[in-house]
Amino acid sequence: MRASVLILIVVLLIAPKASGQGFADLGADAEEYSQVTPGQTLVFPADHGAHPGFRIEWWYLTANLEGTDGETYGIQYTLFRQAGAPPPERDGWANQQFWLGHIALTTASRHFYAERIARGGIGHAGVRPSPFAAWIDDWQLAASDEAAAETALGFGALRLSARGDDFAYDLGLTTEMPPILQGEAGYSVKSDRGQASYYYSQPYFLAEGTIEIEGRTIPVSGRAWLDREWSSQPLAADQSGWDWFSLHLDETTKMMLFRLRHDDGQHYFSGNWIDGSESTPIPGDQIELEILEETDVAGRTVPTGWRVKVGARGVDVTVAPLNPKAWNGTQIGYWEGPVRGAGSHDAIGYLEITGY
Amino acid sequence: MTRTFWTLATLASYWRRNPIQLAAVLVGLALATALWSGVQAINAEARASYAKATGLLGGPDVDVLRPRQGTSMPQSVFVDLRRAGHLVSPVVEGAIAVDGQRLRILGIEPVSMPSAATPEALSDDGENGGVPAFLSPPWEALAAPETVRRLVGDTALPPRRADRSLPPDLLITDIGVAQRLLDSEGLISRLLLEPGIELPQSMLDLHGLERVPPAERGAVIGLTDSFHLNLTAFAFLAFAVGLLIVRAAVGLALEQRLAMFRTLRTCGVSARRLTVAVFLEVVVLALTAGVVGLALGYAVAAVLLPDVSGSLRGLYGVAVSGTLTLAPEWVLSGLAMSFAGAFAAAGSALWAVYRLPVLAAARPDAWRAAQATEMRRSLGAAAGFVVLGGLLYVLGDSLLAGFATMACALLAAALALPALLDGALRVLQRVARGALLEWTIADMRQQLPGLSLALVALLLALSANIGVNTMVGGFRETFLSWLDQRLAAEIYVRGATEAQAQAIDDWAAQQPDVREVLPGRIADTILDGVPIEIRSAVDRDTYRRDWPLIAAEPGAWTALFGGEAAMISEQTSVRLSLDLGDTVDLGTGPLTVVGLYADYGNPKGQVMVPLSRLEQDFPDARRLGTGVRLDPAGVGAFLTRLEAAFEVPPDNVIDQVSLKRLSRETFERTFAVTAALNVLTLLVASVALFTSLLTLFDRRLASLAPIWALGISRRRLAALEMIKTLALAAMTALVAVPLGLVLAWLLVAVINVKAFGWRLPLIAYPDQWLTLGILSIGVAGLASILPILRLSRTAPSQLLKVFANAR
Repeated sequence: MRASVLILIVVLLIAPKASGQGFADLGADAEEYSQVTPGQTLVFPADHGAHPGFRIEWWYLTANLEGTDGETYGIQYTLFRQAGAPPPERDGWANQQFWLGHIALTTASRHFYAERIARGGIGHAGVRPSPFAAWIDDWQLAASDEAAAETALGFGALRLSARGDDFAYDLGLTTEMPPILQGEAGYSVKSDRGQASYYYSQPYFLAEGTIEIEGRTIPVSGRAWLDREWSSQPLAADQSGWDWFSLHLDETTKMMLFRLRHDDGQHYFSGNWIDGSESTPIPGDQIELEILEETDVAGRTVPTGWRVKVGARGVDVTVAPLNPKAWNGTQIGYWEGPVRGAGSHDAIGYLEITGY
Repeated sequence: MTRTFWTLATLASYWRRNPIQLAAVLVGLALATALWSGVQAINAEARASYAKATGLLGGPDVDVLRPRQGTSMPQSVFVDLRRAGHLVSPVVEGAIAVDGQRLRILGIEPVSMPSAATPEALSDDGENGGVPAFLSPPWEALAAPETVRRLVGDTALPPRRADRSLPPDLLITDIGVAQRLLDSEGLISRLLLEPGIELPQSMLDLHGLERVPPAERGAVIGLTDSFHLNLTAFAFLAFAVGLLIVRAAVGLALEQRLAMFRTLRTCGVSARRLTVAVFLEVVVLALTAGVVGLALGYAVAAVLLPDVSGSLRGLYGVAVSGTLTLAPEWVLSGLAMSFAGAFAAAGSALWAVYRLPVLAAARPDAWRAAQATEMRRSLGAAAGFVVLGGLLYVLGDSLLAGFATMACALLAAALALPALLDGALRVLQRVARGALLEWTIADMRQQLPGLSLALVALLLALSANIGVNTMVGGFRETFLSWLDQRLAAEIYVRGATEAQAQAIDDWAAQQPDVREVLPGRIADTILDGVPIEIRSAVDRDTYRRDWPLIAAEPGAWTALFGGEAAMISEQTSVRLSLDLGDTVDLGTGPLTVVGLYADYGNPKGQVMVPLSRLEQDFPDARRLGTGVRLDPAGVGAFLTRLEAAFEVPPDNVIDQVSLKRLSRETFERTFAVTAALNVLTLLVASVALFTSLLTLFDRRLASLAPIWALGISRRRLAALEMIKTLALAAMTALVAVPLGLVLAWLLVAVINVKAFGWRLPLIAYPDQWLTLGILSIGVAGLASILPILRLSRTAPSQLLKVFANAR
């Protein structure tokens, strides 16, 4: 795998400033891609599949796990899709889609990650809406059996398996809940200037299976959260990165929060309060985030300990990382790791910090 | 603080009064730094060139999975293997005819391709801008510059971009484009896999694949390692030259100011403050010159390594870190060079400043008084180093000892040079007739100490050049003759199956334009714990006439094909202590060794026996590509017929003519880079010479004024001065030739043997010595122009003042 291609793709995926220039150079204006507009209805299982007319898209699964050895673990599985050119989609090798996979496994003292890249059109990476499958090479998140997969709007029973150099995981994911729409009915605004994405989640997965660390297999179980998001223009030019939280507050209450950082310090806050199958946007002015702990990792300082307050919902928790060094040293590095919240709620969840 | 400031200001005033000397110090330091960077660039360039040559010769540094039957497999094999977690990359290959000429098409998939196989234009240190155009419309293709020129105006093929690393008549495109051009949609020719990555046999069986490691990989790597080692040795040599030059420049500048230092001390500046001030001054000098030198070195590198300068553009205008990886090394080592030189030079002066007796008269010339003793002492030290070097050569057995021997030779030459020149002048003085000539020679002797440092720099620069040219030249010829031997035939064809190989052999033998058909086999065995390849020879001119032997019994080939004899490689001879006339037993009866041949770079030993004998004794011997000898001009036509007659996988056919042409071009590029280094080294030496001459100028007046008073015109005096400098440079060049040869010999015959077990030939290039000699006289002339112009324009009043001041 080669850095230049990775950088080409990942820069476009994650670094918003570069992407602006990149598209200018590709000679493809943002308008040629499909646009995110409010008031659209997401349809399942069709929308579990890829939306190649949009520039970027991801299938993002994180899980908080307890091992039978009494230890706490976290795993990540992400499949990114990036269009190298606007529609129409071309066939075979000419296909303009690039796929990028990231997997990670976090323990209290170790953090493992791996990366894969592939071109679309051939079949060694891709997504199928029903029965659901999202794969790159041998890393796969897919419906474990067709009958169960038809429940819960296509996500009833999935199996996740992937393997890096020193680690692997193989988990079954089950739920009876339907997917949860983020933002306003799946329309998630990312800036005051109108940048937005389509965004839904499945935060109710129960996970059970095994993880493997340097040849040692450990049975695990816990909760998993799947995020689905696609857009053509995710960030504004002056947004440098984001701090994103997914928290299981209790069995039926979940909360997603993010802060998109602006260069001028006027950050954009947003979130959703999820209670059963109800999802309600949390206005930005109700969200208070305070940095409590910073960690030096990979040559940078990243905020890994937070106080999260949503007064209107009675939430005031101190969020601490399982492993403050959960840095994915991928081509474009970012922090992604399991967290635990204490205070008004005993929460678990995941924190993602990019752009530092 | 203010006092330090004023002290510094006083020190600086000297430079204000002598701007040319300041310029010389700065230029000297900067050039030394640039020289170092330039050598680094050469190393980088050589590495890149050899990586390319290696990649083309032995196949890229990757394993290949190819179908056991046929020449292609469905693309789904690629997908299936990837989905099973095996990180392979697909390649499709074939040939088409463009305007009646053959064009090989190679389709690659750069996203999954192992980096060792990636073409330069798509690789990380190449121009990243190439990737998007390659991977998306207009699907830009890559080809050698001459192929790009050949295809100008062709609109049926995708647009072309030139890549110097590619062989001619080859078009590399994205795999999808290649499949379309070759009319083989959905098919691939082979899969690439990083070596060392495991792939279960069951998987290979399932898809009917065989795994082939890169051919002859070890051989070429061994040879290029040897070359890199030699270049590294010369990088250190260049470093030494640079250090010396910097020392000359800074040292003289400090020596000259001892009087000023004393004045400052008597004015109340403490020894510590003065030392600090001088120290700061040296830091500023080193930093300024170091930065300028780095910029210069970087410019040199940018010229030599165009890809580096191009890579700044990066992806979409984003500067991609990591593509300029050479830069930090250059900055650090370049600045270190500048500082080390400046402080090595200033060290003794700093110590003198610190301990300067306040009331002692400043005697900037005092060190010269002791020159006779000094010269004798140097000569003694030189003799010591010669003895030490000799001992190390005789007793030492390690690589380190080899390098130490080289260092001893260099030090001895540097120390002995003034005494050698002085001795030569003394002899000349004895035979010289005529007052003016005698005075000229005497004056040259008197000038020697002041110029000796600069002359030593010139000596080292020249001998390094001679050494590097000799070594590179020897290496080049070795490599090319090795290529000639290894790939003597114009074409190599490997059949996909044993039956096809046999059919091709028979078919080729019947072609009217084919001179010789050379089938070959190879088997492996172990003799006395040494891995040995047994390769075949056939009774043809290619062996009898063209295969070079290091040593042979009379009638060796006839004996060999008689069946009771063998030839062995140099390494086999060394490792198994076998010589001509000895017998070697491969487990099938004794064979007399009748010949030794060079087999550079092969980590295994090799024994050569007739093909019939090999087939009989080792029925499992692998088939080598069959060599086909024919008129090189007919290669294309033959290949077209071959492809019409057989379905041979394109990568099983090696067109050796274009391969060899490419290797030759690679060497010529390395030579061009070496020439650039030569000029730079000499330039540095000339700056040292210039500085020394300029420094000597004031002192020279005292010697010249009496001659002028005796009626020799200033113009004539100036001409004499020029002649003296040129004569010294010429004498130094004479010493440099044997020293350079000694260095080259140490490298190819001592260090190389200790490091790798084989010797490179030492080939003398007298025309290069002549060029270098003329160049060195030229730079000496250049360096003396300004000082001599000043002399010829010195006002008579100033010359008269010499007497008035009674110096």
